[in-house]
This record gives sequence, structure tokens and C-alpha cells, in this order.
Amino acid sequence: MTETIQHVLAIAKREWRSYFDSPVAYVFIIIFLMLAGFFTFSVSRFYEAGQATLSGFFTWHPWLYMILVPAVAMRLWAEERRSGTIELLFTVSVTPIQALLGKFIAAWLFLALALALTFPLVITAVYLGAPDLGVVFSGYFGSMLLAGAYLSVGMFTSALTRNQVISFILAVVIGLFLILAGFPPVTDLLARWAPVWLVDGVAAFSFMSHYETLQRGIIDLRDLAYFASVMAFMLLATQAVLKSKVGR
Amino acid sequence: MIKVKNLVKDFGRRRAVNGVSFEVEKGTVLGFLGPNGAGKTTTIRMIAGFLPPSAGTVTVKGIDVATDPVAAQKNIGYMPENAPLYEDMTVSGFLRFIAEIRGFSGTEQKNRVDQVIERCFLQPVKNQTIDTLSKGYRQRTCFAQTLLHDPDILLLDEPTEGLDPNQKQVVRDMIREMAPEKVIMLSTHVLEEVEAICTRAIIISAGKVVADDSPAALRQRSSSYNAVELAAKGQGIAEKTGELPEVGKTEVLEAAGDTCRLRIFPKAGKNAVPALLAAAQQQGWTIEDLKVDEGRLDDVFRQITTTEDTKEAE
Ligand SMILES: Nc1ncnc2c1ncn2[C@@H]1O[C@H](COP(=O)(O)OP(=O)(O)O)[C@@H](O)[C@H]1O
Ligand SMILES: [Mg+2]
Repeated sequence: MTETIQHVLAIAKREWRSYFDSPVAYVFIIIFLMLAGFFTFSVSRFYEAGQATLSGFFTWHPWLYMILVPAVAMRLWAEERRSGTIELLFTVSVTPIQALLGKFIAAWLFLALALALTFPLVITAVYLGAPDLGVVFSGYFGSMLLAGAYLSVGMFTSALTRNQVISFILAVVIGLFLILAGFPPVTDLLARWAPVWLVDGVAAFSFMSHYETLQRGIIDLRDLAYFASVMAFMLLATQAVLKSKVGR
Repeated sequence: MIKVKNLVKDFGRRRAVNGVSFEVEKGTVLGFLGPNGAGKTTTIRMIAGFLPPSAGTVTVKGIDVATDPVAAQKNIGYMPENAPLYEDMTVSGFLRFIAEIRGFSGTEQKNRVDQVIERCFLQPVKNQTIDTLSKGYRQRTCFAQTLLHDPDILLLDEPTEGLDPNQKQVVRDMIREMAPEKVIMLSTHVLEEVEAICTRAIIISAGKVVADDSPAALRQRSSSYNAVELAAKGQGIAEKTGELPEVGKTEVLEAAGDTCRLRIFPKAGKNAVPALLAAAQQQGWTIEDLKVDEGRLDDVFRQITTTEDTKEAE
């Protein structure tokens, strides 16, 4: 057990450092902040709305993450396989699940860092009025869970192929499906010809309904269980892919 | 310490390794030879616990590698083909990472990393990023990584590939120095390397073991083993030597007046030298030069592996 923790931590640390050893991390954070700012201020009209809430900020996260998280995730396995370091990793007593968790933790923390850097927005909202800080907190919490879910999808597609572009595209497509399955314009359209139970059933798989509950400040165990099971399922699927692809 | 039994690996319909068996004991430096695509890397990957075998077993110090790769790998230092490394790390950062995975922390970790840096002559580049290293330093960094936990078994897949002669010498010296306490298995297609450091050689071809012997014994299988190259002055040398009972075939390499240069092949298992010297004395020839061929590993290698390849093609 201690060995497992030690391996997970060593891999997470290595991965975390590798983000900052290359310009990727800085480029990612700057783009994330710029896009988040653009959508919040220009599209959602944060100032003009005159409301002290961050809903105009969080609404865009599913779309932002759909593109940006696969960009972070695509290299996680594809790079190890391309360069052959996967052979080193899996011959020094590291198991796939340990490596998987280490990489996942590092990437998730990195996304958390990018998200944390949006704190000036909270300060602005507090300055403008009196936002419900409980809702702000559950908004950030939900956004983190959403990022983790996207990340687990990106990690899975990264293991599928050693081509980073293919991995990126697959992750975006799966992400798009998971958004659209519960996106009201799409579900409304579907409801015209599909039975309600089917539309609702598909929508239950979507990120959107679970994410929106959290954005309203409601922390429901069912939504937490949903995100936890998406991540667990995707990580196990990644493990299965690694086993079949590299024999480990 | 390594026991390989009827090892088979299929990639789809292609059988890359086809029933390989051997055992290696401590103190052996085993050269694993074979033409490209013979299955060397695939076999070593199975021993290292990276690939699961399709059939057969590998045990390392009594541990079945397929069922408990984690435990087996604690006894193994493995250098994969082409020395893959994390390009964005520094040499010492990379070694610290592997040391940490191997379970060392604090001063113990530092000492072990410093030790292998010194042992593999990596001081000049220890703070350099790996993607800026020359091939020789890359290979040695990957080699250094195998030594951190001082394993009993080293598996090195083409450790000197792409190195210049000086760098090759450095790696060979390191291997030779460690040999007595370990099992070292290295794959190569450089035959001089096998002669230089290996105590045993296994040749595989098309996934099967085709020879397993000491390099010296293998050399003796060469058709030129014990062939004598003779330069002498006298009458009827070529005819007279051809009549000796120990001699099989003679080739005239050069002839001018009464001097000639011959290559004399003894009959299988025979030594022609004493008979030749006796004949020279009796006939009054003047011997100017005499060389006995020790046999050539690359001849044997070519003989064995080409016959196997043609069999495969049929
Ligand atoms: N992952 C793989 N998938 C399919 N075929 C492979 C794979 N690895 C090796 N092979 C095939 O197995 C054979 C043996 O390869 P390898 O063990 O790399 O040979 P060597 O190391 O002796 O040059 C080759 O024909 C190679 O194409
Ligand atoms: Mg090879």
C-alpha cells in the first residue's frame, strides 16, 4: 500500500514538473483565462447584467473544457508510447493503475490551478455586490468535477492511440456527445420523436444536468456519484486499454 | 537465476518467439544474438515483465514473471532498445525519479544517484536536459537507471548500439566489472562484442534458439577453424601438403617461383600443424610465415542463421 502511494506520488510529481518545464502550461493557462474572460465579459455581459453572481462565468465551462482539457490530456499516454518511455515505466515495478492515478492527479491539479487563477472574478463580484458565496463555492466545486470527468475521457483516448491529434479529436467528440445528450436545445428536438424515457435516459448520461444542479448551489450526492463513476469508469477503461495495447 | 521455458509470443498470426528455453546462472554474461527481427527484443521484453508470453514461462529468482511482474522486476534492471528516456528531464532529475520509484528517499536516494552518475561517467552532463545529450550519454543514462537498486539481473537490449568505439569500450568495461556478482543478458548483433565480454552466447533465428555455447566453442564450428595459412619456400609444397592424412583441402593463395602462400584446411577435428612442420623439415622447406585461424564467429553466425532463414522460407 505504501509502495502504491509512493509510486503514484512520484509519477504525479514528475508529470506536474513536466508541465512547467515546457511552455505548454503557460500557454494553456493564458488561453484558459483569456477565453474564460472573453465569454464572461463579452458574451455573458458580466458587468451589464448587474447581478452579483458568477453564473455567466460557469455556464461556459463545459464548452471551454471540451476543447482545452483534451489538449492537456492528449499527451498523457500518447507521448509515453511514442517515445517508448512506457517500457521504462512498466518495468520498474509500477502497475498501470498506479501510473494512471499519478498522471490523472497531476493533470487534475494543473486544471485546478488554472481554475483557481480566475479568483479575481470572485473578488470583482464581491466588490460589485453580495454574491452567495455558497453558490460560488459549489460552482467552483462543480467545475472541478466537470474538468475531472473530461480529463478521464481525454486520458482514455490518449491511451488508445499514439497519435496526439487523433486522441484530441476523439476526446472532443466524446465530450461533445456528453454535453449535447443533455443540452436543452438538443433534448427538446429529440423529444419530438423519441419517447420521453429514452430522452431522459440519455440525458442522465450527460454532464449538463449534473453540472447545472451544482451551479445552482445544490450539492446532491447523486451528482457527485455521477461524476465519480464517470471518472472511475474511464480510468478503468484506460487500464484495460493499456493492458491490451502494451500487455500491461 | 533466469529460467525461460518454451517461451512463445504471437503478434496476431505472426509468431515472433517460437519455443525458446534456456537457464542462466550467476556470473554469466550472456550474449543474445540473432539477425534483425529474430525475436531478441520480444524475448527480453517478456523476461522483463513488459510483455506477457503467449505460452511458456519465465521465472526470475523463482518468481514467475507473468503472474507477479512487480516482484520479479525488483530483481531486474532493464534497459530497453533505443534507450527511451523522458526528454524534458535532466539526467540527475531522471535518475532521482527512478530511484524514488525504486523506493529510495532522502540521503539514500541521493547517494545512490551520485554513485551511478559517477560509475557511468555522467558527471559532465548531470544537470543537462536529456534531449540535449549525445547518443553515448543517452545510452549511459539509461544504463545508469538499471543500476540504482543494484539488481541481480541486468537485461540490456543493444546497449552499445550507435556508440563510437571509445564509448563502446566504456560500456563494455562497466559490464565486465559487474559481471561476477550478476547475471547480465545483453542482446546485440555486434559479434566482436560477444567475443569481448560474453561467457556464453545464444543465437536465435526466426524465434528459435539455434545455438547455445561459449563464444570459443562457437568459433570452433567455423569452417576456417584451425585452418593454416602457410608461406614457404621449397619444391612441390602444395602437392605434398595435400597428401598429408590430416589435411582436407588446400588453396593456393599466391605462387611465385618456388615460394608460395597456401591456406590449408585440416580434416574435421584434426590439427594439421605438427604434420606440416614435420613435412617441412623432411623436405627442407623454409617456412616464412605460419598462422593458425581461430575460427570466426561471424562465419558461424552466418552459417547458422542463413540456413535457418532458408528453412523458414520453404
Ligand atoms: N508489438 C509488435 N506487434 C507486432 N509485431 C511485432 C511487435 N514487436 C515485434 N514484432 C515482430 O516480431 C518479430 C521479432 O521482433 P524483435 O523481437 O523486435 O526482433 P529483434 O529484436 O531480434 O530484432 C519481428 O518480425 C517484428 O516485426
Ligand atoms: Mg531488437
